[in-house]
Amino acid sequence: MRRIRVIPVLGIDSGKLVKTVSFRNPNYIGDPLNAIKIFNDKEVDELVIADIRASKNGTEPDYNLIGDMAGECFMPLAYGGGIRTADQAKRIFDLGVEKVVIGSAFLQQPDLIGQLAARYGAQSVVVCIDVDKGLLGKWKVRSVSGSQKHDATPDVMARRAADAGAGEIVIHAIHKDGSMSGYDLPLIQAVSSVVGIPVVPLGGARGTEDFLAAVKAGASAVAASSTFVYNRNDVRSILINYPSQKTLSAELFSKV
Amino acid sequence: MIVIIDYGLGNLASIRNMIRKAGGKSTISGDPEVIRGAEKLILPGVGHFGAGMDNIRSRGLEELLNEKVLQQGVPVLGICLGMQLMARHSEEGDARGLGWFDADVVHFDTARMEGLKVPHMGWNEVKLAHPHVLFPDVQAEERFYFVHSYHIRCDRPQDIQAEVHYGYDFTCAVSRDNIIGVQFHPEKSHRFGMEVMERFIGWNP
Repeated sequence: MRRIRVIPVLGIDSGKLVKTVSFRNPNYIGDPLNAIKIFNDKEVDELVIADIRASKNGTEPDYNLIGDMAGECFMPLAYGGGIRTADQAKRIFDLGVEKVVIGSAFLQQPDLIGQLAARYGAQSVVVCIDVDKGLLGKWKVRSVSGSQKHDATPDVMARRAADAGAGEIVIHAIHKDGSMSGYDLPLIQAVSSVVGIPVVPLGGARGTEDFLAAVKAGASAVAASSTFVYNRNDVRSILINYPSQKTLSAELFSKV
Repeated sequence: MIVIIDYGLGNLASIRNMIRKAGGKSTISGDPEVIRGAEKLILPGVGHFGAGMDNIRSRGLEELLNEKVLQQGVPVLGICLGMQLMARHSEEGDARGLGWFDADVVHFDTARMEGLKVPHMGWNEVKLAHPHVLFPDVQAEERFYFVHSYHIRCDRPQDIQAEVHYGYDFTCAVSRDNIIGVQFHPEKSHRFGMEVMERFIGWNP
């Protein structure tokens, strides 16, 4: 049986846990440390913490909060948001974080990826590519919390990230963020077919059926946000949740 | 005191956090004097094998580690790259290791990966070859977190402590006397890893 990593992504804004829809309207979910403790108890595979404000505001990562979160995480932890230099990444690794997620900074200075990979190993360096869908249905790569547009297509960008030395790519569909309407499967296929490193989709997942579809489209692991912080049957109510191993085995691992 | 050896590679704070959670005390140090006084050692590491051995040698730690582990018999747990360094050689950087095991470290054979991607990153259940103080129940269904592109290959079957399947079966833990090394990350493997750390804290070979 092949296990697939199922990764909750937690958005942080000014020290609070939030959830956006298409990168907008952050909704207050709760205290991040409390959420991490719950995810520990549920034995999640891995966690991603994404500071949704740091990059846009050009502020430093919140090192105190990251250290507190890492101290409570007995599963692999990735952090992204506002990392622009190797020194910042070093500080984050030293706090007990396994992976850094580089988004906007990859597009501005692709050398950073190679520097970090050489020092910490490719597996420690995740590149997140934010993709939106334009009016004509074409994918557009964006950065800085969706505010900047780029010409390269997602697959070209993914290949650049892999060539630069990234160990993993998170492909984030902004147009699916918060929708729980399923992943953008063609996007997963377009990206995973051109790189040899793991591709992890984010945006749109509602449940295990979406995870399975993503893996069949080429994903090596799956990430999601809304479905792990809201009650799936009533999105107005907050419910930190994660499928049991039994559910994952029956509905995902045994079917891939 | 458990000393987590700092040779400039790897996520050492995570290991200290897990030892604390498991009820032990540890210190992170690359200072030969501190390492000399250690009751137990953890050889951690994430990163490049060649760079790791260069760092160990340039800090003058190779002889000290040999003395502590091979002559004094101090218990040592190698984690991930730290376990690989216990081999005599790695393809990664074509570098000589500590040579505590008659074993070599090789890249995943990509021709046999069934389309799976490298690095191997994720959770797997391990198959124990025989019981060990750190892994007493060979039937236990324990899963651990892996992240690596290279794996160890032992000459001597008795050194193989556990195997795992990703693309094909490979050795994911080695042991002999006071030495044990694991490819996976107990410090990031929830209660499964915590139990390994608890047993390491209580281990007196």
